[in-house]
Amino acid sequence: MPEVTYRQALHDTLRDEMLRDENVFLMGEEIGVFEGSYKITAGLLQEFGAKRVRDAPIAEEGFVGAAIGAAMLGLRPVVEIMTINFILLAMDQIINHAAKIHYMFGGQSRVPMVIRTPGGGGQQLAATHSQNPEVWFAHTPGLKVVAPSTPADARGLLKASIRDDDPVLFLENLALYNTKGEVPEDRPDDVLPIGVADVKREGSDITIISYSRMAAVAMHVAEQLASEDGIKAEVIDLRSLRPLDRATIVDSVRKTNRAVVFEEDWRAYGIGAEVAATIQEHAFDHLDAPVRRIAAAEVPLPYAKNMELAALPTGQHLVDAVHATLDASGGVRGNGRSNGSKGQRSASRG
Amino acid sequence: MVTTTLSDRLADVGLADADARTLYRWLLLTRALDERIWRLNRQGQVPFAIPARGQEAAQVGSAYALRPGHDVALPYPRDLGVVLVLGMTPLEVLLSALARADDPSSAGRQLPMHWGHARLGIVSSSSPVGTQIPHAAGIALAARLRGADSVTCCFFGDGATSKSDFHEGVSFAAIHRLPIVFFCQNNGYATSVPLSLQMAIPNVADYASAYGIPGLVVDGNDVLAVYAATREAVHRARSGDGPTLLEAKTYRLLPHTSDDDDRRYRDPAEVATWEARDPLPRFRADLLAAGLLDEPSDAELLAEIHAEIDEALTQAEATATPMPDGEPSLART
Repeated sequence: MPEVTYRQALHDTLRDEMLRDENVFLMGEEIGVFEGSYKITAGLLQEFGAKRVRDAPIAEEGFVGAAIGAAMLGLRPVVEIMTINFILLAMDQIINHAAKIHYMFGGQSRVPMVIRTPGGGGQQLAATHSQNPEVWFAHTPGLKVVAPSTPADARGLLKASIRDDDPVLFLENLALYNTKGEVPEDRPDDVLPIGVADVKREGSDITIISYSRMAAVAMHVAEQLASEDGIKAEVIDLRSLRPLDRATIVDSVRKTNRAVVFEEDWRAYGIGAEVAATIQEHAFDHLDAPVRRIAAAEVPLPYAKNMELAALPTGQHLVDAVHATLDASGGVRGNGRSNGSKGQRSASRG
Repeated sequence: MVTTTLSDRLADVGLADADARTLYRWLLLTRALDERIWRLNRQGQVPFAIPARGQEAAQVGSAYALRPGHDVALPYPRDLGVVLVLGMTPLEVLLSALARADDPSSAGRQLPMHWGHARLGIVSSSSPVGTQIPHAAGIALAARLRGADSVTCCFFGDGATSKSDFHEGVSFAAIHRLPIVFFCQNNGYATSVPLSLQMAIPNVADYASAYGIPGLVVDGNDVLAVYAATREAVHRARSGDGPTLLEAKTYRLLPHTSDDDDRRYRDPAEVATWEARDPLPRFRADLLAAGLLDEPSDAELLAEIHAEIDEALTQAEATATPMPDGEPSLART
């Protein structure tokens, strides 16, 4: 399998889907001549023409609304919102219309559209350019929300999103675009189902639940925990935030008896809150320790670099949370190790 | 052919010779500080910059028609010239660019060039464009309700006029005949998207007729023309005659931001055409021809400005960054 970047996987998949189905067209700010702020649409205007790669003015409400209209008539628009922060300008169209038209129109019209947009902080772009508001969409019946963390998942889920008959918010992440991974060659069957989480790494000591960029970080942390501390962490990449694959989460926690949620959004009412509630509802008797959540600090993301770093969740926060959870529940099973030092370490963090 | 001397033009708009020299100094300071920030960005010291180059006359000329600290300004991020004329110092600008704790706009929390300075009547705006336009209408409404005679001047680029914020804000202000000036710097591009893909009419000012207010196109690279048009609009607003939509036709000579590469979407020949219309040499030539400036005093002025910026940068660099310790909002529970 060839190894490509997340960016390349998105680009190639858009192109493949445009070649496969002439109903697929792209709309967004700067996606044509400029080839997209993050170059996902590079070369597509040249190949498919302005009819199918349409530059939009700075009018998110307008072009998202227009995409909804086009979708109602059977086209499959893929809208790019430059960053998820600018999606707020189109919220009424998305929440009140894209999500509800099928229901309110008595099932007579569907809205098969995709909104692609990157979230994420860490680029020193400050409060209005660095948000992770995916939970607002995941909260809304009528929408689907996917958030892949690898190039292969990005490919499979983008295909699924474009072919889905409902509106899908396809969440990318600024810090994932240059990450690499193996991606299968184009096949008819490389469509990933929406709503299925992936156990990216199997383990028996603790379950780490994550998505998007944090899932990639979680994989590194899990490897570090295994090599340095002998901790066997299971990593679940949710991939889909709505529908949420509760069964995979619950099955894992029933096996490991411990869970930490690792997310880049704000902690209060965040994705992790829903995951923790799910575990409580379906695996309470299996839990050996409270579910911990690692998320962003409750603050608009600051611009100054040191302040930004202090506000974002890091791998070290996850390492500490895993140790604290294990310490609270008798440590790693079967390795007979004393937990005293770990206990002090986590206590010292306060 | 009738030739108009600079002194005649100044007199026509109620300015003295000294004003011309003051305007020139603001233009030079804006240009030099903008260049310095751009260079600091290229050196990796300022992570993000939004250049003003090419638009200084539109900014300086319009702000010069306001009463600093009395009128309210809602600048957009490119408006370095506006905030300098209204009283922000190069030091304050650099504190923001370097994300220092003493940054008056946000104490290092917000991106640079998102100007905010309550004492000077400068209202902070957001990164999504045009959001300040409805705010401006509300501020003008508040001034009216409080019986104040302040005028609100709302700045934005052509890109913002594609947004409903623009249309709703202008309409609201027009309906209530609010004391406001809508000042658009039309530089021809919404980041990379040319005007022809933003609107189907030639002028932003043409929108005004739909809202029942005067709309005026002005040469944005002619500092006196911009001043004259803004002065007239401010007078109209202060007199209770309602809003005006001004459109200054101009051009940014640098990329959209430090993250942009304008060669991807702009023809170098087009940029060269506008380099030839650069507002600074143009006003400088007028001053030299009128005898209001000579070469030695021009060189001296520029040296003085560079020294002022050097000093401000030294001071800014010596200040502290904001500290996360003790910041309750950054605590994790």
